Amino acid sequence: MTLEIFRYRPESDSEPTFQTYEVPFKEEWVVLDAINHIKDEIDGTLSYRWSCRMGVCGSCGMMINGVPKLSCAAFLRDYYPGKIRVEPLNGFPVLRDLVFEMDDFMAKLTDMQPYIIRKEGEEKTLEDGEYLQTPAELAHFKQYSMCINCMLCYAACPIYAIDNAFIGPAAIALGQRYNLDSRDQGKDSRQELLGSKEGVWECTFVGECSRVCPKDVDPAAAIQRAKVTSTIEFFKDVLIPWGKKK
Amino acid sequence: MSAYRRPVSNMWWLKRRSYIWFMIRELTSIFTAGYCIFLLVVFYKLSQGPEAYAGIIAALKSPVSVVLHIITFAFVFYHAITWFELTPKILVIYRGEERIPAGLIAATFYGGWVVVSLFIVWLVLLA
Repeated sequence: MTLEIFRYRPESDSEPTFQTYEVPFKEEWVVLDAINHIKDEIDGTLSYRWSCRMGVCGSCGMMINGVPKLSCAAFLRDYYPGKIRVEPLNGFPVLRDLVFEMDDFMAKLTDMQPYIIRKEGEEKTLEDGEYLQTPAELAHFKQYSMCINCMLCYAACPIYAIDNAFIGPAAIALGQRYNLDSRDQGKDSRQELLGSKEGVWECTFVGECSRVCPKDVDPAAAIQRAKVTSTIEFFKDVLIPWGKKK
Repeated sequence: MSAYRRPVSNMWWLKRRSYIWFMIRELTSIFTAGYCIFLLVVFYKLSQGPEAYAGIIAALKSPVSVVLHIITFAFVFYHAITWFELTPKILVIYRGEERIPAGLIAATFYGGWVVVSLFIVWLVLLA
């Protein structure tokens, strides 16, 4: 079976090229198995990221025939006898071959303050015990907490590819995950970023992020819900300015 | 080490079918806005008296107008469908501890759409 793989070696290449490899076709192989075979048996210079092989770690995302997928979950048999073209995830600068720079994504996750924030004076001490939550309260955000940071949604998003300033699907879904958490009180401090131009309003709801998500997080829905919240907050501020922040 | 940034072609939206449908949805806004303006013009003509109104109603019967209406209808119809697809994703309602299923919310909206449409058909054609 033929694999065309994106190659870019910064020390010698000014432009990327595609290199063709022939790998044995095996019914049970995924694209990652084929790439591991190339690395071990054919060409040791090929660089790529991977770890768990079971759709949990989120490391092996690649463009497979133009669609962002976890290469550990993309079976060769779904493409055979056709060719498979493998590229690094769209929208990110390429460091080498299939390895791309994820600093921008990591910074955006951090900016979203993805942790439980309590108002001053309302934090529990260790002796006070944990913040309790009912299964129903958990259900409100659980879906958004399933994200594995694989960045497939960023690669699917044309807005992010065109303008990297966009905070992007996974980071916004993560912001929603904490905003909808009954234990959290940090909604206001996330709102500035979420409601900014680079936040939810950059999104034009292409919806592709949700289609490619391997964990059914549905970031597109998270963003649209955040838009509604943002709008309501805006009107509250305008119409009842005295009712602001306790 | 220099990272390579891949250029984004202006034709990116042709690369995947879902992107094309997205672009068509964006395009529907032009037809929706256009038809709103057209309706305002009809109201304006109505305010000008029976003759002006009869004039625009006669113009509406021309083949060009009929074709434009069919095209506009197709775009606005698609526009409406994309809204109804989106609504259950945004409208997350809980009844006690249970979330009201997205399918039920969508069905309610589609049902409402049919009822309103039938009412308008009745109003225009039968009443």
